[in-house]
Amino acid sequence: MRKGVMRPGHIQIRVLDIKEALAHYRDLLGLIEIDTDSQGRVYLKGWTEVDKFSVVLREADEAGMDFAGYKVLSDEILCSLEQELKDFGCEVESIPAGELDGCGRRVRFDSPTGHMFELYADKEQTGKWGVNNTNPEAWPRNLTGMKALRYDHCLLYGDDLDGTLKLFTEVLGFDLAEQVIDPDGNRAAQFLTCSMKAHDVAFIKHTEKGKFHHASFFLDTWEDVLRAADLISMEDVPLDIGPTRHGLTHGKTVYFFDPSGNRTEVFCGGDYHYPDHPPVTWLAEDLGKAIFYHDRQLNERFLTVLT
Amino acid sequence: MAKASFLIEVRNIDERFLCQEHQSLLGGIESQRSQAVQIGCRGGGCGVCKIRIISGDYETKKVSVKHVSKEQAAEGYALSCRVFPCSDMIIETVAIQILDR
Repeated sequence: MRKGVMRPGHIQIRVLDIKEALAHYRDLLGLIEIDTDSQGRVYLKGWTEVDKFSVVLREADEAGMDFAGYKVLSDEILCSLEQELKDFGCEVESIPAGELDGCGRRVRFDSPTGHMFELYADKEQTGKWGVNNTNPEAWPRNLTGMKALRYDHCLLYGDDLDGTLKLFTEVLGFDLAEQVIDPDGNRAAQFLTCSMKAHDVAFIKHTEKGKFHHASFFLDTWEDVLRAADLISMEDVPLDIGPTRHGLTHGKTVYFFDPSGNRTEVFCGGDYHYPDHPPVTWLAEDLGKAIFYHDRQLNERFLTVLT
Repeated sequence: MAKASFLIEVRNIDERFLCQEHQSLLGGIESQRSQAVQIGCRGGGCGVCKIRIISGDYETKKVSVKHVSKEQAAEGYALSCRVFPCSDMIIETVAIQILDR
């Protein structure tokens, strides 16, 4: 049952060198650089995003994800979910408005898979970048690189998938849209949604807690995915896999690495989900096809290389 | 003038490969299709290409401290994607699952 969580709103990614990271996220991926805060964190977003920012880069001694944030419908919902998170047993911290420039109060909480998440109700709305909100043109002319439209979701690796599923479905009102089930009936992967998208966040079973697999950005068409792959070759960026199609969600995709080793995906298409749809199931014995629909071969690096 | 190239000896598995000037150890390994180390993120973030340096001159770029702590770096541990040889080198492969996981 939906409980007022609207969408993925932001992700804070740790990078080893902020200048190199900007060459990746701004110049190659084509995100718009919005702001730098007093801590030196850089804020970016895809050009179609209405809120001020969706990607925050923080220079650190270790790559990976600090947290992923989700926007809720109202402050009233934020307060009631804050209490429910405490009742569920999460460690909950209230972060005052303005700690991220332009973002209202955030409720940060941990999860059984060891990842940190946040909810918030308010963020400054600067509008889509480069187009008006009245009689908007189709796209702005001066985009760069892959011209990513929006931050879409993240995929995380961790141990207690059941615990995090319970947290996201029972407390936050996400639906289980797709899953991978092993021969013993255990869930090896779960794709969760709070919208009509096939996933707003996904988890894959892994022995370590709190690992980051990728942040994903949306493109319009398969042609745009091929063009993204061309840019990856032109710039000699480390490619992970693709262009190909996933069996899971059926998205068309290419994966590559940022200069600190964090994985990035750009994709288009993908299935849709309504709240009355039962979860789509892939069998773990067909995991090759589930992940890489054309090759049908598992790639060890895709499963084990994480930050 | 031709670019300098350096001979890298992987001592514990009796393998050798060449690295060009300004090429990372992992770049040399990849370009000669050596299987000496696993190829991961190529950016110092994932830790799968970990090695130990026995001898030689080199420059390094920053890596995740989770995979090479200061103490380990002092003992010669490094990620091959972030090591740039300035001379011939001798290195060893490392069983990463024992050190990190």
